[in-house]
Amino acid sequence: MTNKMKLKELSDILQDLNVESLEGVTIEGDIELNISGGGGLNPALAYALGNEISQISLHMANIGRMLGFPAEQLFASAFQSGEMPQTDKFTTSPKLQELLDSKFEVSKIDSWKNTIQEVTLGASSADGGSRKSTVTLGGENALPYYFDAEMPHRNYITMDVFDMPIGMAKAVKGNYEDVINDPAEWAKKVVRDFNADMVTIHLISTDPLINDTSAREAAKIVEDVLQAVDVPIVIGGSGNPEKDPEVLEKAAEVAEGERVLLASASLNLDYERVAKAAIDHGHVVLSWTQLEINAQKELNRKLMKQCNLPRESIIMDPTTAALGYGLDYAYTNMERIRLAGLMGDDELTFPMSSGTTNAWGAREAWMVASPLKQDSDWGPREYRGPIWEIVTGLALSLAGNDMFMMMHPTSVQVLKELTQTLYGSIDAEELDISNWIGMEV
Amino acid sequence: MKINSPLEAYKYLPATNCGKCGEQTCMAFAAHLIDRSMKLTDCTPLLEEKFKKKFKELDKLLEPEIREIEIGVGEKIAKIGGDDVLYRHKLTFFNQTKFAYDVWDTMDEEELVERVNYIQNFKKFYVGNFLTVDMIAIRSVSDDPERFASTVKKVLETTELPVILCSFNHNVLKAGLELAKDRNPLLYAANKNNWKEVAELALKYDVPVTLFAPDDLDLLKSMAKTFAEMGTEKLVLDPGTFPTGKQLKQTFTNFTKVRRAGIDGDREIAYPIMAVPFTAWMAHDDPVSASYWETVVASVLTVKYGDIMILHSTEPYAMLPELHIRDTIYTDPRKPVTVDPGMYKVGSPDKDSPVLVTTNFALTYYTVESDIASNKIDCYLWAIDTDGIGVEAAVAGGQLTAAKVKKGIDESGFDLKKDTSHNTIVLPGLAARLQGDVEDETGASVLIGPADSGRIPGWMEKNWPPQKK
Repeated sequence: MTNKMKLKELSDILQDLNVESLEGVTIEGDIELNISGGGGLNPALAYALGNEISQISLHMANIGRMLGFPAEQLFASAFQSGEMPQTDKFTTSPKLQELLDSKFEVSKIDSWKNTIQEVTLGASSADGGSRKSTVTLGGENALPYYFDAEMPHRNYITMDVFDMPIGMAKAVKGNYEDVINDPAEWAKKVVRDFNADMVTIHLISTDPLINDTSAREAAKIVEDVLQAVDVPIVIGGSGNPEKDPEVLEKAAEVAEGERVLLASASLNLDYERVAKAAIDHGHVVLSWTQLEINAQKELNRKLMKQCNLPRESIIMDPTTAALGYGLDYAYTNMERIRLAGLMGDDELTFPMSSGTTNAWGAREAWMVASPLKQDSDWGPREYRGPIWEIVTGLALSLAGNDMFMMMHPTSVQVLKELTQTLYGSIDAEELDISNWIGMEV
Repeated sequence: MKINSPLEAYKYLPATNCGKCGEQTCMAFAAHLIDRSMKLTDCTPLLEEKFKKKFKELDKLLEPEIREIEIGVGEKIAKIGGDDVLYRHKLTFFNQTKFAYDVWDTMDEEELVERVNYIQNFKKFYVGNFLTVDMIAIRSVSDDPERFASTVKKVLETTELPVILCSFNHNVLKAGLELAKDRNPLLYAANKNNWKEVAELALKYDVPVTLFAPDDLDLLKSMAKTFAEMGTEKLVLDPGTFPTGKQLKQTFTNFTKVRRAGIDGDREIAYPIMAVPFTAWMAHDDPVSASYWETVVASVLTVKYGDIMILHSTEPYAMLPELHIRDTIYTDPRKPVTVDPGMYKVGSPDKDSPVLVTTNFALTYYTVESDIASNKIDCYLWAIDTDGIGVEAAVAGGQLTAAKVKKGIDESGFDLKKDTSHNTIVLPGLAARLQGDVEDETGASVLIGPADSGRIPGWMEKNWPPQKK
């Protein structure tokens, strides 16, 4: 073997280590370590020295091994314990006494240049209506609750009222049994007792396959609801594409000037009639598509270009699927729509609405127990249902949804609390969490 | 990762199109590297000595922006972090948020074992798999190293799940580590007071460690930088989870800031983020309210960038939504939405078996299929092409109509008259309004099934076989 090593190379090796923490040690001439500092060595420096000396001895031992000497055996016997972990003896990392300085910085997103359209629902007497309160949605310049830009308006919740008794989850039904045959009383109850910002009257009995209630009859119910409450209202059809345009036209007529939301225009019905009813009587149109961003663009474009519906009269419903039943698509669809709007797609810069009530379609929300024997116990459904509606809603609130159509009073209360907390309008007693671990629960 | 087109990755590959990775060409393999559906080590030639430099360079370029950290060992090992994007549709999020439920060292032993078993056995069937939770967080309430150690010992005996050792007292952590050192536990936590001692433990035992700097991102970054300098990048960052009011808003801001900085390329802060929705229990006395609020905070921070979290409530009304919101956010958005329309056999159906109609929305289809199969019902299941929309929405939106049902039947080649003894179709309960139309279109008799496929077994008992007219 002709391996040679000069001391120069040795110090080169040492240079590559973290010698900056080693002031006070120099290597000179022949192997000679000069350790200055005397008895006043602080523990950190002593540790660092120990580290470096160990490193040197390791290199020396390696040279020894190159020369054929079994250095490892010497080490093992010298320390009398083969099982001591390597990291104890030869750590290469410096031990620091002070935290290194660092300043956290993050930039704002500069591609969010567009503002989401502001849309107002409800009209007070000054504007030709009779609502005591109005609701303004939209106006965002960033994703919801983000630090990039203030969110100008909070989220709002409109609660469902139906024009006939319908099947409901037990946990929901318990809240409405006393008003289930009286839409006006029902509307009063959600505003008075459950703090609804708005009311949605669903005219489902107009469906020819249900009661085929005439558009004129249905319009009377709308009048009753407008009389019963003074918040803005949403008017929903039955979902029957042949009947809905007529039902919404009549409803728009009797609600003249109240700036209601007509729900809805879609690509599979005569959206021109719905848009015209809104224009003629001063209302807003809900532009409803099914989980498809391009369809949403198409319908919005048609409403604007073909029907001449003003921008401030459009809200989108890109469809809500329940937690566990397609919420991933609904979430991402909304998030993409909002991001596209913020980045400049004028066909998508509208506030969004979610049919959060759809969460109750999930069996986890209403079934008394799991139908599958292998599942762990699902626990009491009276608690499972509302949280299903809440989590469905909160996910979409983070995707950019502005307004929620909801059903259960507890869900409404909790989702309001959360969205307004993230919006910044809820004060709470400041908590010190610095020692949370020791908390007795 | 630092590159975003297959071409950029291709430059580093052998360009021989040898096919050893299973792809026809190196370019196809490069595309899989960019969408992270294959690993660099799948290219075996690149592992040869002569390509060593290229392998190393490319490996570096492909590294995810957020470091990936492993907790635990063996089959139950939990990986966190590893993300490359801020929005799931830009690629997908990797490594689901890990849920750790707490136990504490003042529990009596029986209660402790029962809770750990409940946590490790909790499961919920969903689209072909069981959703389960991941870890046990062991809290030192006593602040007594011996007591903590005995709790850790009992937990390790009871479960293979990874553990988080929680204390701000390094002596307590050390006592736990001595027992858990072979299980690669996560330490919680180093803070501004104890960081030197905790760093020493993390380095000595070579385990991942959480850095806790409540609402102080400068401190958090300083600590991360310091720990990296001292020799460990197995770090998890906890910017503090404040449960209510303006402090919760600030928590949300901190989470989004830390993740954005990391994805934007600030390596010093590009680590997985820890959330502690547990703190909801500091703000609520009533257990139902506390559990609800904990679930709400956990859900928000699952959607927005929490990679691991410590939770307290083990009520099913907390765990079920937590599991589902996580699945929602981490499901790969690139996977298909639909199953092929057509007629599927579940079990071994014969002429007397029912013919059930559903949609080709993958979630609907698999839910119905698992409900039927797990109850051992033999039947034909018809997936009608509704453009991948579920039953209720498809009926409302006109994607599920009598004509569509007829078309589906015609195209499948199945003859209701010949292939069944009953010439009957069962429609989903949510499509009840189509009953008359479907009868008219198909000439078959139509029964209305339950609104939820979980009730098919009970429905079958009452309604099948159909009464002869």
